[in-house]
Amino acid sequence: MEKVVTILNAEGLHARPAAVLVKKASSFSSDIQIKTSDKEVNAKSLMSVMTLGLKKDAQFTIVAKGDDEQTAVDEISKLVEDKFGL
Amino acid sequence: MKKITGIAASKGIVIAKALKLMPLNSAVLKCSIDDSEKECKKLELAFSKAKSDLQTLTQKTLENCGKEEAAIFEAHELLLDDPEIRQRAESQIRAEKVNASYVIELISSEFASVFDQMDDEYLKARAADIRDVYSRVVDHLEQRVRQDLSLLNEEVILIAHDLTPSQTASINKEKTKGFLTNIGGKTSHSAIMARTMEIAAVVGLKSITESVEDGDLIAFNGESGEVIIHPTDEVIKEYKIKLENEKTEKQSLQLLKGQKSQTLDGHRIELAGNIGTIADLQSLKVNDAEAVGLYRTEFLFMDRKTMPTEEEQYQSYKDIVEALEGKECLIRTLDIGGDKRLDYLDIGDEENPFLGFRAIRICLKRIDFFKIQLRAILRASAYGPIGIMFPMISSLRELLEAKAILEEAKSELRAKEIKYSDKIKIGLMIEVPSAALISDVLADHVDFFSLGTNDLTQYALAVDRMNESVEELYDPFNPGLLRLINLVAENAKKKGVKLAMCGSIAHRHELLPLWIGMGFDELSMSPVHILLTRQVLRSLNLQKCQQMVSGMLKLGSSKEVKDYLKIKK
Repeated sequence: MEKVVTILNAEGLHARPAAVLVKKASSFSSDIQIKTSDKEVNAKSLMSVMTLGLKKDAQFTIVAKGDDEQTAVDEISKLVEDKFGL
Repeated sequence: MKKITGIAASKGIVIAKALKLMPLNSAVLKCSIDDSEKECKKLELAFSKAKSDLQTLTQKTLENCGKEEAAIFEAHELLLDDPEIRQRAESQIRAEKVNASYVIELISSEFASVFDQMDDEYLKARAADIRDVYSRVVDHLEQRVRQDLSLLNEEVILIAHDLTPSQTASINKEKTKGFLTNIGGKTSHSAIMARTMEIAAVVGLKSITESVEDGDLIAFNGESGEVIIHPTDEVIKEYKIKLENEKTEKQSLQLLKGQKSQTLDGHRIELAGNIGTIADLQSLKVNDAEAVGLYRTEFLFMDRKTMPTEEEQYQSYKDIVEALEGKECLIRTLDIGGDKRLDYLDIGDEENPFLGFRAIRICLKRIDFFKIQLRAILRASAYGPIGIMFPMISSLRELLEAKAILEEAKSELRAKEIKYSDKIKIGLMIEVPSAALISDVLADHVDFFSLGTNDLTQYALAVDRMNESVEELYDPFNPGLLRLINLVAENAKKKGVKLAMCGSIAHRHELLPLWIGMGFDELSMSPVHILLTRQVLRSLNLQKCQQMVSGMLKLGSSKEVKDYLKIKK
């Protein structure tokens, strides 16, 4: 299961948005990865997500594998589209 | 009971238990292990211990400091919970059969260095967090005791080989009653800071770290340099009486608050304070400082991985200037080098750092660096009276170059329509004998002089102020030094520039008549000395002080000067 999303937050995917994303991803049992053009990292690892240094308008793919992969992709992509509720 | 004497660095009477400061963490070695499952179990335990540390720390910080500070440790917890490092560590332990500490240190520093290389300032700063969090795990693995100076439970005396300025700055004043060190002199930076922070200290004790164990009761006198380990009941009683007297004396000095700093015959001068960070403003207020005669900006630059941005510096300067509510603040531009180094500024190894690449010499080579600071200071000048002074000037050329760069910084701000005060005063520190000798010429280009007598003494007398074996030669009564200071004073008076002094001899009571007689307009010192200096000042007579200067100028030895000042008083 996967879906492409775009970051809308002005500060990009670091600090608070990254923390919110990691928290959300950690609530699922599926293995969840964030894929960019050149890297793929564990969405449950704050450090890995921050090392991507994704800026505003950057695109990435959410890839989930596991029992709750559908809900995981749906909820995480919704979170990104809602600017992480921030 | 054991009695030793060191160099009195900061006054105060203290009775408390010893706490030894651990040397910085030693490196973790790579070892092979037999039972990787057992090693993984150890790792799991270390993680859970580190986690509970952080939870306690968050709670304590919330109580002692505030929400914002506590958030730092909450963020640390989040980093600790990160599955990536832990999973990688476990698989490496199993695959290579190596010890957990080594693996954690390796992987966490890999991550930290990725952050180190990022452009984004915020992310860059996370590298230090990662190192801090995972060194906590390694501490538990290696069963190293970790010390948190800011979160002490009981009153202690810190015992260390030496304290760095940043360690001194992080001391919790409520709980740390004083410190004792093996090395250092009266004017080493930790001693100077101890006086500003009003923490008692004795330095240069040679082997105090070996003579004392954690928890030993110690009594010491920061004014005489006396240190007593395991004092007898009698000594404790004696110290408690001294402690009471100290309190009474402090209370009587309080009566001088709000009084004028003037001689019996009405000659007024300004008694100002030396500060390093915004935390020192408290002490300025308590001790009724009339201005800031030296703001050491280097603390803003120390203890970090990157240089503070213009915005950050501007905020700090502005906060201080605003808090001074119209009192003048003389800001010294970056005085790094010598015994103060920055991680992000490579000075290289030097044979003689105090004669090397330091202060204005660095700034004139690194104009980019220098201009950021100048712009930040200029911008802050819109919020209160500021004087800007350049340290370590040794020639007219250096002064003119520094001034030209200041002009460039001004025009850059004008181009961007950013406001600054055109009343900002320009001055220089007289610290190098060559600058003192041509002070008549230099005076034509500045509004004020500030004599940095700690360095001026070391350069005029050719005495390393950090070297204990020549400490007695570091002598403020040396007539050669006093003549040099007098020359600067005469030139300042002749040219009508303001004359200030900010070294630690500014508050020496025996010398005060000379400073008054020479015509100093401002004496700046650790705030703790201001009220006592005011008391002495109010017993002096200007005319008599002037005569004492003429008399002193005829003398040839320190002893003669000392005796003369004693008799005339």
